[in-house]
Amino acid sequence: MANYTDNEMMAISAGRFIKDGDILFAGTGVSMLAATVAKKVYAPKAVVFFETGGIDPSLEEIPMAVADLRVMSGTCLNSGLIEAFSIVGHRKLHTVAFLGAAQIDKYGNLNTTVIGDYHRPKTRFSGSGGACDVASFASGVITFIQHEKRRFVERLDYITSLGWYKGGNSRRELGLQRGGAMAVVTNLGVMKFDETTRAMYLAEYYPGITIARIIENTGFAIDVSRAIESVPPSEEELRILREEVDPQKLML
Amino acid sequence: MSGYPEIADKLMSVDEAVKRFIKDGCQLAIGGFTVTRNPMAMVYGIVRQGIKDIHLVCHSNGQALDVLIGAGCVKRVEIAYGGNGRFAPTCIRFKKAIQKGEVEFEDYSNYQMSLRFLAGALGIPFITTKSGLGTDIINLEGFSRKIRKEQKVASQKLIVMQNPFNDADDKVVLLPALNPDVSLIHAQYVGEDGTVRIKGLTFADIEQAQSADVVIVTCEEIVPRSFIRSDPDQNSLPPFFVDAIVKVPYGAHPTACYAFYDYDPKHLNLYKKAAEDDNLFKQYLDEWVFGVTSHDAYLDKVGGATLMNIKANPVLGYAPGLDRK
Repeated sequence: MANYTDNEMMAISAGRFIKDGDILFAGTGVSMLAATVAKKVYAPKAVVFFETGGIDPSLEEIPMAVADLRVMSGTCLNSGLIEAFSIVGHRKLHTVAFLGAAQIDKYGNLNTTVIGDYHRPKTRFSGSGGACDVASFASGVITFIQHEKRRFVERLDYITSLGWYKGGNSRRELGLQRGGAMAVVTNLGVMKFDETTRAMYLAEYYPGITIARIIENTGFAIDVSRAIESVPPSEEELRILREEVDPQKLML
Repeated sequence: MSGYPEIADKLMSVDEAVKRFIKDGCQLAIGGFTVTRNPMAMVYGIVRQGIKDIHLVCHSNGQALDVLIGAGCVKRVEIAYGGNGRFAPTCIRFKKAIQKGEVEFEDYSNYQMSLRFLAGALGIPFITTKSGLGTDIINLEGFSRKIRKEQKVASQKLIVMQNPFNDADDKVVLLPALNPDVSLIHAQYVGEDGTVRIKGLTFADIEQAQSADVVIVTCEEIVPRSFIRSDPDQNSLPPFFVDAIVKVPYGAHPTACYAFYDYDPKHLNLYKKAAEDDNLFKQYLDEWVFGVTSHDAYLDKVGGATLMNIKANPVLGYAPGLDRK
């Protein structure tokens, strides 16, 4: 079996969700790797774009921020923020957004704002940026997060970005016409959401990771009855990721 | 300054632009986005002149936000995101200031803030979206009721209401418009007629400029009228929106400026280290802001080799192969 890192497995696991024709909204960090690897390996006709407005950049070097000059180079169009968000929510497009978070709950709602009290937080994070908008508008959201009990929590300290809200049909009832949490990709496995209850369940555990370890690191009860072992990354997937996506090893 | 008769009344130095237009307590919009095109030369000017109690409004900002907050210039901030990419996923002085209760803050999202500038530009009092329904951005107000009565603070953060055009249950979010006192924009080109051209992504800079009472544009180059008018599709703002023009090459350093220079990883790492510690941060300001007498002196301090390393390839727009660790 090939050697690979957590970030490599996460990028590849997320990339496997992507289909040709998808419009991929990439955030920072691992999500940048995932969007790039998705396009180079699984869905060459997917389009990567950034909330800052860069559409389909050449990505010869990996951007380190969504406003990195590399997201505006070799694009089909450089637009503004308002146009970019109109794309995320556009009724004609199937848009998949990659987001990161500090906390997630069992319905895939995300916190990137504070730990502790909002007004006088123990830890302040960057805030929504475009995450709240994207979670409101995209056809689906794939979240990257480290699999730890303090991150997989019963109750978020702050709801920055909406997943399935309170489960069931509650997201639609709020007035959001589409979207919702599609998958959660961690350093231990891949979670999906039940079609009816919209509660998170374990879909895949990585080779070498036990289901018990995932349960132990999840701060709420999680259904593991549907879990299967992930297909490990192939030599080719790893080669593309290492040699073409991030040869400078900025994220890997 | 001579040579540009059409904009002679608008051309000025950083110090003069601060003195004339940036007042204590003003509402200030800063352009750019995280590590790109932050109007740093103006920010340093504001810090040097000791402007206080600024009410900052921005979507995603990085270095400009962090330096202004760290230097104690900011009283309150309406913001979507404070981060510097991989160099500081959460802006460090911003984070410290909020954790210590030193600034008043209100969280929105990027789209919401962009729409608020657009509403201000359009001259409408509010604008609607569906972004944020169900979140704490809707449920929690950051500003206290007490300051809601102050100038330039909306009477409510936002309002959720029924879509009046739909009989079925359908909620929308109403966001208050923004009309900042001053917008700071850093552009690549200003024509000698005053036309502004931003290359690469414009973010929400155009809406920010159009919504403000005063617009200060710092630029890399002042270019001939014939050049700026030969391809007007590329231009961003007509001359009449611009109140002050300041030529400052590398005026966004250490953030990036498309087709001119990349972000400066060395400086952003140095800043990160300094920002983590109160004493080191004070030293940083003493050394890099108060200790330099002019923008030329600042560039000399950054150093010729560094400026060459981050110089963008004019075709690609960035500096390929730059050591970005």
